[in-house]
Amino acid sequence: MSVSKYWREIPHRYRLEAHKCKKCSEIHFPKRLICPGCGSTTFEQIQLSREGKLITYTIIHVGPSKFKNQTPYAIGIVELKEGVRLLMQIADCELSDLKTDMPLTIEFRRISEEGDAGIINYGYKAVPK
Amino acid sequence: MNREVAIIGVGLSQWGELWGMSLRDILVEAALAAIKDAGVEKIDAMYIGNMSAGIFTGQEHLASLLADYLGVASIPAARVESACASGGLAVKLGYMDVALGMSEVVLVSGVEKMTDVETDGATFALATAADQEYEVYQGITFPGLYAMMARAHMEKYGTTREQLAQVAVKNHYHGSMNPVAQYPQQITVENVLNSVMIADPLRIFDCSPITDGAAAIILCPVELAKKISHKPVIKISGIGHATDQIALHSRRDLTTIKSTVKAAQTAYQMANKKPEDIDFAEVHDCFTIAEICVIEDLGFFEKGKGGQATADGLTKLGGKIPVNVSGGLKSKGHPVGATGVAQLVEVYLQLTGVAGARQVENARVGLTQNMGGSGGSSLVHIVEVI
Repeated sequence: MSVSKYWREIPHRYRLEAHKCKKCSEIHFPKRLICPGCGSTTFEQIQLSREGKLITYTIIHVGPSKFKNQTPYAIGIVELKEGVRLLMQIADCELSDLKTDMPLTIEFRRISEEGDAGIINYGYKAVPK
Repeated sequence: MNREVAIIGVGLSQWGELWGMSLRDILVEAALAAIKDAGVEKIDAMYIGNMSAGIFTGQEHLASLLADYLGVASIPAARVESACASGGLAVKLGYMDVALGMSEVVLVSGVEKMTDVETDGATFALATAADQEYEVYQGITFPGLYAMMARAHMEKYGTTREQLAQVAVKNHYHGSMNPVAQYPQQITVENVLNSVMIADPLRIFDCSPITDGAAAIILCPVELAKKISHKPVIKISGIGHATDQIALHSRRDLTTIKSTVKAAQTAYQMANKKPEDIDFAEVHDCFTIAEICVIEDLGFFEKGKGGQATADGLTKLGGKIPVNVSGGLKSKGHPVGATGVAQLVEVYLQLTGVAGARQVENARVGLTQNMGGSGGSSLVHIVEVI
């Protein structure tokens, strides 16, 4: 991945920065230039909470090459307290303990590596609360 | 003032792992078959549905390449992309070209050459249909996205693991009667349940394969078809096309493909048809759960009842509404850019009564549903015998 492609997403991935529409209050992650709900183009920058619950999940047994050394791993859709939904891995959890609606905390974690000459990709993962 | 549009010929290339054939070979094979079937001497324009030749083979600019190798260079040609719905999109654009009177005879084709890369490379190319930054970055795969839809459907409606398997069993049964099918072997529910786990709860037999293949159809005005064609005149009477949010997690309801619901509404309205008027359908069963969601979203069955309907045999040849009598993506194969066009090929064969052992009795009205990604785009076509 090119450095610029990685670098420009850092505010979202490291700090969970999001946009709240000033007109309809809808929260967008990642940020957008126009609100799909009301068409407004003015937003307030906010930081999402690090608490949520599991909406649904899967366990990846055959993964993309960058994630092969992590299989089997859990990945799911997490709804944060603000109602925003994100896709992320669920770590530090026995795969058999995964359950829809389980409470989760969002942590800063290593996501993947790109080999000897590549960068290490960081971001968010969920862990059981 | 738009002209009505007919399909007057169809063609498929071989389908499978075609290591001896290139992208251009398979497209030209399908196109020549369609041109011969239609009995036309020239084509005025061509559209090519293709998802990702750039990644799969390193080749872009298919308009020029394929017009050149088909021996028609100088005619207008365009490659169109909407992930796995690229073929369906090409059909729409070909239809518009004829309906608007810009061209008389149009070749609509779809092609994907997927085995010039290894499985990892193909997985990477296919994943570009999802949100690269907020889905793929986290380690999700397409089987993973559909696995989450499956779990959500199972938890919300009580759809069972066995019912998912029955989609694959049925489609392989249909595919066993299709000489083109990549995997014509019949399978059992047990085979599916014991196959390798890919993304829980989906196993390898829930997933459509990686396929090299091309499909082509010839379109012209209905009035011209009546003059030059010796076969029943087959009309495209409804087209629906819609999009939805690209990331699955952005959608509130994971059990419905909203873009398909919307595209179906448009197509039904344009064709002045209702779900109960449809005699058979070719739908986008890229994964078993997809077929269950889609047969509900097209209005064939009440939401949540698609799994039971499949288990009851209602979607099997001879059932209430046969679905994927070609074998579907699961058994026939899924060369992504070709799939949407190949669905129209099957509908044409059925409506002209030449589908052989898998022929649907009294087939008068057929429907195709083709979608991109996890449902970020959908096309629905309704086709009927005049």
